[in-house]
Amino acid sequence: MSAIPDPHSPRARTGVPGQGRARPRRLAGAAAGALLASGLAACGGGGGDASTLTWYINPDAGGQAEIAARCTEEADGRYTIETALLPRDAASQREQLIRRLAANDDSIDLMSLDPPFIPEFAQAGFLAPVPDDVADRVTEGVVESAVEGSTWDGELVAVPFWANTQLLWYRESVAEEAGLDMSEPVTWEQIVQAAEETGTLVGAQGTRAESLTVWFNALIESAGGSIITEASPGDPSQIELGLTSEAGVRATEVMQMVAESDAVGAAFSTANEDSTATGFESESGGFQVNYPFVYPRALGAAEAGTLDPSVPEDYAATIYPRVDEETPAAPPYGGINLAVSAFSESPELAYEAAECIVSDENQAYYFVTNGNPASSTAVYDDPEVLEAFPMAPVIRESLEQAAPRPQTPYYNEISVGIQRSYHPPSSVQPGETGENATELIKAVLAKEDLL
Amino acid sequence: MSTTTLPPTKKDAPVSAPKVRASDRARGEKRLGWLLAGPAFAVMLLVTAYPILQATYESLFDYRLTDPENRSFTGLTNYWVILTDSLWWQSIGVTAFITVVTVAVELVLGFGLALVMVKALRALRPVLRAAILIPYAVITVVSAFAWQFAFDIQSGFVNSWFAWLPGVSENTDWFGDRWTALLVICLAEIWKTTPFISLLLLAGLAQVPEVLQEAAKVDGATRWQRLWKVTIPNMKAAIMVALLFRTLDAFRVFDSIFIMTNGANGTESVSFLAYRQTIARLEIGLGSAVSVLLFLAVVLIAFSFIKLFKVDLSQARGE
Repeated sequence: MSAIPDPHSPRARTGVPGQGRARPRRLAGAAAGALLASGLAACGGGGGDASTLTWYINPDAGGQAEIAARCTEEADGRYTIETALLPRDAASQREQLIRRLAANDDSIDLMSLDPPFIPEFAQAGFLAPVPDDVADRVTEGVVESAVEGSTWDGELVAVPFWANTQLLWYRESVAEEAGLDMSEPVTWEQIVQAAEETGTLVGAQGTRAESLTVWFNALIESAGGSIITEASPGDPSQIELGLTSEAGVRATEVMQMVAESDAVGAAFSTANEDSTATGFESESGGFQVNYPFVYPRALGAAEAGTLDPSVPEDYAATIYPRVDEETPAAPPYGGINLAVSAFSESPELAYEAAECIVSDENQAYYFVTNGNPASSTAVYDDPEVLEAFPMAPVIRESLEQAAPRPQTPYYNEISVGIQRSYHPPSSVQPGETGENATELIKAVLAKEDLL
Repeated sequence: MSTTTLPPTKKDAPVSAPKVRASDRARGEKRLGWLLAGPAFAVMLLVTAYPILQATYESLFDYRLTDPENRSFTGLTNYWVILTDSLWWQSIGVTAFITVVTVAVELVLGFGLALVMVKALRALRPVLRAAILIPYAVITVVSAFAWQFAFDIQSGFVNSWFAWLPGVSENTDWFGDRWTALLVICLAEIWKTTPFISLLLLAGLAQVPEVLQEAAKVDGATRWQRLWKVTIPNMKAAIMVALLFRTLDAFRVFDSIFIMTNGANGTESVSFLAYRQTIARLEIGLGSAVSVLLFLAVVLIAFSFIKLFKVDLSQARGE
């Protein structure tokens, strides 16, 4: 390697006398010391004032940091909330939090948790019990799916914060051209047909990621089934799956029908929420299932001049498509709930702070500025919310209808098993894929297979 | 004689030094050597040997990070589970494919670059060397993102720039198919690590004695003959060391796959498999077993390089 100095070269042999050499060494020592100290500070955490609460937040448009500042001010010195940023995607957020909590890290007080991972955290004993009075207050006037998503084994283990749901977004002009009556519930077949007739796109998330599980779960729940039929909290080998049930087969049929149609773009097997939103913004945008963020996103693009302002004006939203005409849809439920770490030095203060964070006022602020829908039903009557999100009533209705993803401490195994079996969506076979997935997930849960 | 190299010299028996018992000075130097290298050696043991031993120990257990109470000794069960799983062999296949393709292409490209650098004007050489090094200085995750964005169907420029190539069109979804995804992963790896191999080869090129080249020239050897009969045989050690380092490195490929495909469409490497078991699935026992097997594979590669190709690591330094 050319970087290694040649010991025989004259430069290497001429020693620079004493003084000259000492300084760089001292500098290097100081630099190493500083590095070590900063490294230790980063790892040590915890320390400091017991009234300083650290809130691990998922990345957003700055809303959680602002709410933290507001609650700090409101607390009048009783506590200070500091935020710490987690990675972008939910799976990495879980990985980081679990690694820290498994090491009994007391630097975490509050965490923003994705609902499907809550049972795993609760079962492992990572969450401080919710005091009864707090539980009563934070579930009052909250949409059902958010309460369900914060519950494990019959007990509330987290505080519902904001609740997300996917809607069926459509271009009014396209629906009109196709002659589709959007005031009535529509099915997947109908929107695919309408898109094919009008030469537009149907956007859904076909990439091998959590969003594929979200889609599949919505399909199977809409068909009247469930991914997990028997939860078996204590013993993973007793978990029963409903993938081979009639509803499971029907969900696979719909997935196959959508993926094989001409209405999905060329890159369907790598389509995530963002690329779906981009496709919907394009000229060929027709329909998409996606979270409410797509609306402020389009408005922002129009404001920035990268999107024709007539495009977001053409946006409209309704309840998620049905699998069968007669059965109501079960839209995806997501969002973030707040959990207090079992290793926090001041869980009482943390719950006090959590109650402040999820106040109706803060939820309304978060909804309007960051586009993250509230879990509290009262927020949907707020005039400011209604002005920013004309489709807020649809979001609320969708949340009432929404079905959470399977609740189990082994959620990662179930979800990744589904992603492996049902990806790419164009290759699924009704019946066969469900059997393969069941076999794989059962073997993985029994620790007889790799994932 | 088909190749021309200088006669080998025995390194441990310098001609000028008669065989005697180590002198006080030699012993003193030896002690100083140990004193200087000792701390580094201890740190190496601490940061490499300890985790390896720990992983080997953990691999014998059924141990889930969120359920430490139910940890139980299962012997070699984890290894049996892995070695009888088709996913493991598929990952080995993908990893071997990436390793062979990238290392082969990098060797040829790197050699070309090294020749260019060695022939370049003295004034140009430092600039050229720095320019060639830039990709190697880029963090792998950043380079993976750059390549992903370039080939992305929505934001990428590749589809529109190279639409004239057969098989490429506006609608080519590079990451939607196994082989096209692997192609992009390999391209990113090659772009990033060719500089490393070219610098190692440059050091080797610089060691080829000029006298041999001149002698060959006098004998009427063509440029091509000189390359094959003089240059390459004389830098065999450097080539082998470059190959060894890159093979070991390529076999542990992770970042590009993680960023570009997240293992979809059958692009999972062995490192990725270890990550998925240990970090995502939290099965510390099973994941450790995958890591230990990966470690053994790397040791096997290093061992076979050193034994089969008789790579002498010290030769690369020109000793």
